[in-house]
Amino acid sequence: MKLRLAGTIAAALLIIFGGYAALFIAPEERTMHEIQRIFYFHLASWITSFTAFFIAFVANVAYLATRRAKWDWLGVAGAEVGVACCTIGLITGPLWARPVWGIWWTWDARLTTTFILWLLYISYLLLRGLIEDPQRRATLSAIYGVFAFLDVPLVYMANRLWRTQHPQPVILGGSGSGLDPMMGKVLLVCVIASFGVMVLVFLDRYRLEQLRYEFEELRQEVESRTVESQSISEKGRT
Amino acid sequence: MKNFQNLFLAWIVVWAVFFVYEVSVARRIAHLRDEIERLKRQLREG
Repeated sequence: MKLRLAGTIAAALLIIFGGYAALFIAPEERTMHEIQRIFYFHLASWITSFTAFFIAFVANVAYLATRRAKWDWLGVAGAEVGVACCTIGLITGPLWARPVWGIWWTWDARLTTTFILWLLYISYLLLRGLIEDPQRRATLSAIYGVFAFLDVPLVYMANRLWRTQHPQPVILGGSGSGLDPMMGKVLLVCVIASFGVMVLVFLDRYRLEQLRYEFEELRQEVESRTVESQSISEKGRT
Repeated sequence: MKNFQNLFLAWIVVWAVFFVYEVSVARRIAHLRDEIERLKRQLREG
């Protein structure tokens, strides 16, 4: 509990400092000026989103290999946290695009594959809600999750493979790309803050799934006892 | 600062989404804990 409180305080401080650094410390970009500062929140959300989806992918593969419930819990936690981070990226992107491109959205390869990614994981979560049997639910969603993850490398490569309205990558983008050292430091603070929050939410989401499992087991026990006592009382009557 | 409104809105959106999500998870956990307690009580009482 103390560790959890310390983690929450550390994450909150990083959030405040990250926001301050992005808005006031980071140097101004030459062409986009102030609005470019959204980059620090936008990219941080995508890094955490891809990490969460990757964790979900590993968990899905591990579930299919071992059939252990823990991997299913990890898979759904990763998918849901990933969707939350993906939503942030999809909101901050247009807020940045409007003043720079003059439009909120365009259907270029990067944005379209990203929107598909969001829909794929929303469907993953909806699919889970539709299947009653826990084992069947875990297996089908793990298979679906493995295929859904295939879109992540496609999103990453989209602006490298095709001409897009979305700018070319500034990190790992080959010759001509790169980031000012101070911008890099501010980005790192924002990424750490985002990761800190992701870990806290992730742990809670995992706990939620664990409790659901516990609840399901107890419910089945109560049901079987009820059936048992009903059959005993019926026998007594006859 | 030009476009400060959009910048500040982006910062708020980031943490608002996380906050709302965390609150929803915490509420679901609290609800499940109550349900588990209820079932345990039911089992104890036979």
